[in-house]
Amino acid sequence: MTERSIAMAIDQVAVRFGGLVAISDMSFTVGEGEIVSLIGPNGAGKTTAFNVMTGFLTPSAGRVTYRNTALAGLKPHQIADLGLIRTFQRTSVFPNDTIHDNLLIGLHRQGRVRLLDAILGLPGARASEHRLRQRAGELLEWVGLERRAHDAAGSLSYGEQRLVGVALALAAEPSMLLLDEPVSGMNASETHRFVELIRSIRDRGITILLVEHDMPMVMTVSDRIVVLNYGRIIAEGTPDVIRNDPAVIEAYLGHGAGRA
Amino acid sequence: MKAIITILAVAALASVPLWLRDPYLLNALITTGIFVIGAMSLNLLLGFTGQLSLGHIAFFGIGAYVSALTSLGFDIGLPGGVRLVHEPWPPIAGFVLAIIVAGLCGYFVGLLSFRVRGAYFVIVTISFAEVVRLVALNWVELTQGPLALTNIPSIALPLPGFGELTLRTKMQNYYLVLVVALIAYLLIARLVHSHFGRAMRGLMENETLAVSVGIDVTRTLTIAAVISAAIAGAAGSLYAHYIRIIDPEVFAFINTVTMVIMVISGGKGSLAGPVVGGLIFGLLPVALRPVMAPEAQWIAYGGVLIAILFVLPRGIVPSLAQRFGRRRNGRTALAPVALAETAAKEPA
Repeated sequence: MTERSIAMAIDQVAVRFGGLVAISDMSFTVGEGEIVSLIGPNGAGKTTAFNVMTGFLTPSAGRVTYRNTALAGLKPHQIADLGLIRTFQRTSVFPNDTIHDNLLIGLHRQGRVRLLDAILGLPGARASEHRLRQRAGELLEWVGLERRAHDAAGSLSYGEQRLVGVALALAAEPSMLLLDEPVSGMNASETHRFVELIRSIRDRGITILLVEHDMPMVMTVSDRIVVLNYGRIIAEGTPDVIRNDPAVIEAYLGHGAGRA
Repeated sequence: MKAIITILAVAALASVPLWLRDPYLLNALITTGIFVIGAMSLNLLLGFTGQLSLGHIAFFGIGAYVSALTSLGFDIGLPGGVRLVHEPWPPIAGFVLAIIVAGLCGYFVGLLSFRVRGAYFVIVTISFAEVVRLVALNWVELTQGPLALTNIPSIALPLPGFGELTLRTKMQNYYLVLVVALIAYLLIARLVHSHFGRAMRGLMENETLAVSVGIDVTRTLTIAAVISAAIAGAAGSLYAHYIRIIDPEVFAFINTVTMVIMVISGGKGSLAGPVVGGLIFGLLPVALRPVMAPEAQWIAYGGVLIAILFVLPRGIVPSLAQRFGRRRNGRTALAPVALAETAAKEPA
């Protein structure tokens, strides 16, 4: 992977909540166009790491850079403007709006028009509006939700809501996408389709960092895996390396377990 | 369908002065109309961003005072022995200044409070209204304090080639209020259906998610606050030039509460909600006057409010829209609030 240029670098990041160490001395990089997974048992600090990378949490120490821009001190919406977009484990949609309107909200970064143009309904604002609607339609097709376009997002199944969450993130035109447990709550066939979706996202040149519990899915889709336990990195490498790493097997299965 | 209702409603409102000759009723309609404009501006904040401004009357009152003082002129002493003298300007200039100054106040209040939001915004707005009321009460040199500003001139519209049209009669003022209300309505409608409106809705529904797709909270809410305050300022200016006398009581808390009741009963987050709620609660005292003592009216008022919220909990307009619009399967036909309830019934 050395030939890739580095998209994101996490450098000696630590997060402490009072006396609790959520992450200690975490360093790893994600290359442009790579699919990297961050795994680890519950409470290992994966979501905390996501929150640090997207500006929702300020690290106690260390720094995160994205495409050579230091993220320290930037607000989440400013980090989104750098093209670094995330999804969430729980809160994934705007429940009271239709899927189509959800995506229009997600297309915020593409739809910036001047306030006066919008209020007066000037041609520029109207053309932009037309473009957004078209783009929302394309995104719905991409994630396979075009038939539910006019249903309220809150009325969808859990798995479908996750897809809306991903579509929302894609609407924000990411250059790197951070997915927080995207397939939790999905059944096997939904998960299978989601893996295809992740690949198609990567094929469009979007770097992906994934937090996930579904091991078979992680092993299939990842180029590289970083394993966290108790806030520190215990292993890093390709799926094959990780599958046979004794420290990882111990972290997941405890002492004496024979297989991963 | 929706367009037809809107056109019919506007035509009906426009025809009122042609058949209604009772000056008392016309007067009630004009003041109600002015408060409806205030309620619409409050709805922009409360219904579309979820922020409750419990000092909204401050922007209304600031608009009233700015407009009155601009058209009356003043002569005040400033620290250092300087005197600030302002010669009277035409009332229409006061109207414009009222909008600008109220909008600026909205900007500062928004800037101060939107970093924390929620309950803090409520408290900041209440305090702001109280501070402004105390200033109006005690800066006697400028505002005459409790003696009130009197003889405020009526609005005069400059008509190119014909000189000026001074709006003295009730009928003229009725149409002025109607036109301003329509403009405010259209402006708010355009705003909430635009890019900015979607950002507001996103923030109200799921702030974390909205921020993650690049929506700037402070900026979005501040824009809403500025426009809301500016519209309230316009309503205040109309009030000052129509009533022609204002005192610090215009800032009374009950006036804000009245607007909140209009918005909630009509349906917050629905464009027509504050209009319907405003007409009901603006005209209810008029309807009750012949049959009830003033003390009993307040009880009836409360009873009607409870009844409305009991039968139509989301407010009149969203509840009715949902009841009658179900067949249409309209996607944007339902106001966000209406959908909120549908979604809430779904298991999370």
